[in-house]
Amino acid sequence: MTTITIRHGGFGNAVSDVSTMIGRSIRLNRRNLDTLIMAILLPLMMMALFVYVFGGAINTGVEYINYVVPGTILLCVGYGAAATAMSVADDMHNGMIDRLRSMPISGFALLTGHVIASIVRNGLSTTVVIAAAIAMGFRPNGSVVDWLLTVGLLALYVLALSWLAAGLGAVASSVESASALSFFMLFLPYLSSAFVPTHTMPSFLRAVSENQPITPIIETTRGLLTGTPIGDSGWIALVWAVGLLAFSFVLATLLYRRRTGR
Amino acid sequence: MIVEVTGLRKAYGDNVVLDGIDLHVPAGSVYALLGPNGAGKTTTVRILTTLTRPDAGKVLVAGHDVVREAAKVRAAISLTGQHAAVDNEQTGRENLVMIGQLMHLGRPAARRRADQLLERFDLVDAMHRRVKTYSGGMRRRLDLAMSLVAEPRVIFLDEPTTGLDPASRTTMWDAIKELVRAGTTIVLTTQYLEEADRLADWIVLIDNGHVSMSGTADTLKAQVGGERLELVFDDEGGVLRAADLLGGIVDRERRTLTMPSDGTAAHVHYVLGSLSSAHVPVARVSAHRPTLDDVFMAVTENRTREGVSA
Repeated sequence: MTTITIRHGGFGNAVSDVSTMIGRSIRLNRRNLDTLIMAILLPLMMMALFVYVFGGAINTGVEYINYVVPGTILLCVGYGAAATAMSVADDMHNGMIDRLRSMPISGFALLTGHVIASIVRNGLSTTVVIAAAIAMGFRPNGSVVDWLLTVGLLALYVLALSWLAAGLGAVASSVESASALSFFMLFLPYLSSAFVPTHTMPSFLRAVSENQPITPIIETTRGLLTGTPIGDSGWIALVWAVGLLAFSFVLATLLYRRRTGR
Repeated sequence: MIVEVTGLRKAYGDNVVLDGIDLHVPAGSVYALLGPNGAGKTTTVRILTTLTRPDAGKVLVAGHDVVREAAKVRAAISLTGQHAAVDNEQTGRENLVMIGQLMHLGRPAARRRADQLLERFDLVDAMHRRVKTYSGGMRRRLDLAMSLVAEPRVIFLDEPTTGLDPASRTTMWDAIKELVRAGTTIVLTTQYLEEADRLADWIVLIDNGHVSMSGTADTLKAQVGGERLELVFDDEGGVLRAADLLGGIVDRERRTLTMPSDGTAAHVHYVLGSLSSAHVPVARVSAHRPTLDDVFMAVTENRTREGVSA
């Protein structure tokens, strides 16, 4: 019989656990057709719908395709987060969580794997959306620095939303309820300046839309990519993204602990 | 003792699940926790595998405390839960390699170990297929294989054959017996007396959060009463005449006489011979071994009787 030597604990092993779980999550994502369709096809259809069906009737002062791209990207992020919440919930219910927790691996490898896979998936879907938008007439004029800032801000926001989704998935009573809990992440972009300027909304809705994280992030992204004025939105967006990330990470930690509470 | 449990208690709110359990599992043995649904078997296994925290009691696994030294316990054990914890969208081999990497074998060793286990559990032909195409028996075998990647000292199997067809069950039993030969300690839970009987050196009967009986399969069955012989007659008269002749319990409606038996051919021969010489025709005869139902019935009856006398 061969003898197997195993060393546990330590930073190196924690990194190795996380990278194994990232590899797993990405592989599962790649093979789950529903998730891929939801992450890529749906936002494309939404963008086409807004550009070709509603866009003609919406006056934004700029070419509508140039207006709607940031909103579509954030809508994508919402769908991506919902998918993350569902895959975390799936692991919590199919017995995988018990197997992993009865093994000597670092506790957060599972959630971190899902979160990083979510970022990769969102990067992919965002690239697809931007490429399709360019084919549909989107003409960004941002500099390399503008693009880098955009990517940075979006990455921060995706990270925040992915941790939030991981927390919701950890606490959801089923995969279906994880999907239901994620609903607000899908709904928030509609109540923002994603598809129509906020000044066209009734005053109470306007108050909501101007004081939620999506609007400043969209205004900033739109400004960076197409040169519209950003104003204070840049800082507000950054504060929202960082604050949301801190909140989501803590929440996910607490919810995961509660769920796996011994 | 590789697993040592004393005074284990666990309650969820007002619902007392474990009410003072003691277990002493010698290294290298197969130890079965036998009991009906809701008896506390799974909660016990969850506590022994560090997944659930006990309210009270001392629990040592492989010499380490499950609460204070959870990481050390985890390095020495493996758990195969009630639901096969396998990734449907990964292939069998990918599942095994993943576990090997999580056990920090390193990628080449994880692959070698995966291939050994695929061979051993007869999954080589299916190793590059996604697990969602596997049969129930194949999933369980893969699940068990995943538990063996790091050669654990104690293996916990929570209802390893529940929901399997008879052929897959036999295969699973063979796989478990193989582990026993290799000297691994196994703690398993089951609802089937037959399973505990086939596999276990020592059986602990858990009911309502208590250990209500423990012993080898034989002592347990002896306490319950041995085998029974069931005779079915063509008419009620036959049953009554047979009962006069041989004794036993009469069920008039089913025209059945039940009596204790030692299960030997000689006893069956004696019974049928007596009836034949008394000209009482017998329609059917069958021997019954005690089932888990009988065991529980016996335990509950004992408890009720004690309760009444006390």
